Formats: sequence, C-alpha cells, structure tokens
Amino acid sequence: MEELLEILQELHPDVDFELCDTLIDDKILDSFDIVSLISEINHEFDVAIPAEEIIPENFNSAEALYSLIERLQDED
Amino acid sequence: MQNVLEYLEKTVKRVPDKIAFADEMIELTFQQVYENARAIGTALFQKGYKKEPIVIFMKKCPHTVAAFFGTIYSGNFYVPIDEEMPKRRIELILSNLHPKGMICDKDTKEMVGKFQYDGEVYLYEELVKNEIEDVILQDIRRKTLDIDPIYIVFTSGSTGIPKGVAACHRSVLDYIEQLSAVLEIKEDTIFGNQSPFYFDACLKEIYPTVKFGATTYILPKSLFMFPVKLVDFLNEYRINTVCWVVSALTMISSFGVLEKKIPEYLRTIAFGSEVFPIKQFRLWKKALPEAKFINLYGPTEATGMSCYYKVEREFALEETIPIGQPFSNTEILLLNEENKRAVEGEIGEICIRGTSVTLGYYNDFERTRESFVQNPLNTSYPEIIYRTGDLGKYNEQGELIFVSRKDYQIKHMGHRIELGEIEANVNAIEQVKSACCIYDKEKEKIILYYVGEINTAQMASSLKEMLPRYMLPNYIEALEQMPLTPNGKMNRVFLKEKYKQDSEIKKKK
Repeated sequence: MEELLEILQELHPDVDFELCDTLIDDKILDSFDIVSLISEINHEFDVAIPAEEIIPENFNSAEALYSLIERLQDED
Repeated sequence: MQNVLEYLEKTVKRVPDKIAFADEMIELTFQQVYENARAIGTALFQKGYKKEPIVIFMKKCPHTVAAFFGTIYSGNFYVPIDEEMPKRRIELILSNLHPKGMICDKDTKEMVGKFQYDGEVYLYEELVKNEIEDVILQDIRRKTLDIDPIYIVFTSGSTGIPKGVAACHRSVLDYIEQLSAVLEIKEDTIFGNQSPFYFDACLKEIYPTVKFGATTYILPKSLFMFPVKLVDFLNEYRINTVCWVVSALTMISSFGVLEKKIPEYLRTIAFGSEVFPIKQFRLWKKALPEAKFINLYGPTEATGMSCYYKVEREFALEETIPIGQPFSNTEILLLNEENKRAVEGEIGEICIRGTSVTLGYYNDFERTRESFVQNPLNTSYPEIIYRTGDLGKYNEQGELIFVSRKDYQIKHMGHRIELGEIEANVNAIEQVKSACCIYDKEKEKIILYYVGEINTAQMASSLKEMLPRYMLPNYIEALEQMPLTPNGKMNRVFLKEKYKQDSEIKKKK
C-alpha cells in the first residue's frame, strides 16, 4: 500500500489519497493520470491491469486500486 | 457562398428532422438548431450587440453548438469558455476581450459571480424563447462580410497571457471544404467528438455536420479514462468517423482493448497534434484494415488543419508518419534562416499561405505582427503568411515531415502548451523565487522545478486555481537553488539530465 500511495502522491501531491474515495467521481484523476498509474503499477508491482478492469470502481480510491492489484497478483 | 450559416440553411431544408448534435441526454435536430440559433440571433441583436465578442459559458452539450450559431446569426462572434477552466484563466480571457455579453446555462450562471465580469449574463433557456424576426436576421446578413470574424479561441502564450485567435467566415469555409474532401464526409457520417469546444479542433465535427447533414455525438470526457466503455459507446451509436488526438487512440490500443473488442463501424480515423507511435498504429491498422487513417497537421492560427497525409504504406517502428501535403488552396512555405525556400532535406520553419490564415490575435497587434508577417518571398504587394514556429523538412518522397519546435512550445496529450506560460504562472505565486519547466517527451510528462518557500502540495493546489487541467505539471520538485548557465539563464539542459538520472535511480530501487 505504501508504494501505491507514493505513486499517487507524486501525481497529485495535494490530495489525501488515504481518505479520498471519489478520485474518479470528483474528477481528481484524469485520463493522463490513469495511463501513468497503470504503467507505474505495472513497473512497481509487476502486474498488468487488463482492459476490462480499467473501470471507475477500481480507481475511485487508493484502497480499491490496491485490492485490484492484490487480486491480480493472486491470480498469477 | 460567403457565410457559414448557408451550410445550416441548405441542410435544414433537406433533412430538418435528422439529429444534428447529440449526447447521452439531449438530441437536437437540424430544425431545432436552426430555430434556436435564429431566436438567439434575433435576441442578441435586439439587445444591441454588434460585431463584438459574445462569451459562451455553457456545459459542453448540443445546445452549446446552437448558441455558437445563434451568435453568428446575430452578426457577433462567439468565444467559448468552459466550466473546467480555472478562474484565473477565465479572467485573463475576459480582460483581453472586454465582452459586454455572455450566454450561460442554469449551472454555469451560478459560477459567473465568482469572477470579475461586469457585463450582461443571459440564460440560453431564455434566449431561445425569443421571437424570431426574419427581417432583422436578413438585414444582419446583408451587412455581414465574409471577412468578419465568427469566433475567437484562446491558445497558450509564453508570457502567461493566452492569445485569442480570431477567424472569419471565409477561412472557415475554405477549411471545411478542403477538410471534408480529404476525410470524405457524407450525409451518413457519424462523428464521435472528443475535443473540447473551446479549441479549434471541434470545427472538424461541427461545420461538416451542418454542411452535409451528418450527425455528431459528443462523447463524455470520462469515457477517455475507460477504454472498454469508450469502444462500447462508439459501437452503440454506430460512430464511423473520429478526429481525435493520438493519445485518445493509443489509450484504447495500448491496453489491449482492440484484441477483445473492435469499434466495428469506424471507417475514417483522423488524428493529429502528436506523433502516432508506429507500434500502436499497427494495432489499429490490424483491427480495422479497411478503415482510412489520416494524419492531420495545422495550427489554430490557420483555422485548424493545413496538411494531411493518408497512411497507405507500411511504416518501420522508428519512422515518423509524415504530415504530408497541404490542403488544396493552402501553400506551405518552408523557410530557412535566410528566409529562402529550404531545399530538399534542409530544415526550415513551416509557414502557411492561404485563405485559411486567420485574422490574428484579438486586441493584440503586437503579438499578431510577430507571427502574421509579410511573405518574405513576395516583395511586390502586401501578403500575410503565418509563421508557425514549427520546424520541418521534406523527405525523399517530397512529403513534409515535422522535426521539432523553435522554442519551448510543447504538445502534451494533444494540447499545445507554452512551457513559459506554466513558468509565468508559477512565478506569480508570492513565495516562489524561480521556476523552470521541462518536458519528458518519452513519458509525456511536464516536469516543474522551482525554488521558494512553498511545499509541493501547496504548489499543486495553487496551480489548479491558475492553469487548465492539461497544463498542470505531472511531477513537481522543489530545489534549494536553480541551476544556471554561465550567462545566468536557467540551465534546462542540466535539469533534463538531473531528471533523467533521478528516474534511473527510481527505476533501480
């Protein structure tokens, strides 16, 4: 989780990612952020997020995103 | 033909009940666009506006387009701004225009109170109820020339002040005729619009739609984060033509969506503003072998697009897709440093000659004169060309290739940005001593280095109040002091090197 928060913090130093659960709904993340996130996650956690998992529900909070990463790691 | 409204008037007679502009909630037929626009045109005239800027501050929806045409009917010119623009930018635009009138919808009207503006505010919903006065509209038409402006759109300025590009009927007519021929637009064209309405990019959908009686669907911005949903939308509305920035297309292909789902109705894919990585391009070509792929190139100052290249041959991975050749009735002058035509293989500045060259920057003769200049090859009579600041060359096939910029302008996610404008805004923050922006082309990141008594979180949140979303730095770092070159300028080369080394270290971690 630490590593993920670090990646997010670098994208938006002014956002509290531990609390915020409306990253998509409140337009905090944009398409550029999603693209960079997916590539950084791939690099940092060695998981490729498949297209069908790129949906708002998985990106609305750091927690949701982290559980997606864990789920994908388990599937490997 | 001398007025863009003639497109709408011919089409409304032919297909009045066809859907012209739509999104998920609203559908407007040509008849409705026509009537709403004529009501707005009558109303604005009766309120006393004449040949002046009318700000359109509405949520992006089909009605916004009707407000554009309404403004043209009134003999004024529209200036689109957007609820997502930060307050400071809107105020800079307003202080350039000194507008006396603004059209809002119910939601944006609430927001107007927050910024400095002392003109009138009209509700779109009210204006369209105005009675249409045919005599008034005919009279306005008689007095309108094809050299009168129809819109102003704002583009990034290196001093921190955006520049308002004004374009007239004649330029738009010329552009739309040539563009439509290249894209082979027809009545059965269904566009999927991606570009915001406050850029010239949306001309590609709006005007061919009214010219041919085609249909434009406005795609919700959020779809461009979620590629599978985006493809589903394209299929649901049977969208067959897109003019998108490259990053919107690669978002779909790079996540492997095309292997699972194909936008099956797409037949024309125009792209531009950025280099299309060949690896991604091949994925598209493989998924849609029958579709036409067209690279477009052009500056806002020449109305929209000036050059095109139909991609019909194979490209090696390290090759760049050319920007090709100019549209008919446009000439590209590739001028070297001596202001002479560059020879084959020689790099020169891309300069544009033709009807599509716009009127210049509104209320800014000084900056207009810097780049809208006398054609140096013509010493006999006045002839204005536009100097793009883009460097190009011809390849062995005689096709034009984009090489680089002369200055610190960049293309980021399809947006044209002056790094100097970002720096000027950072420097405007009281606690900041100095600031320098660089661009990581490979990762497409804007990097900001600054010196000052403010942390990166405060910096990020301050910048959100000043700059549009697409201009926000993607990485921010505070420095103890700014590295300088021997003659005292900010050392961009050093910072680029530092950034590269820092990312290497991060990678290894």
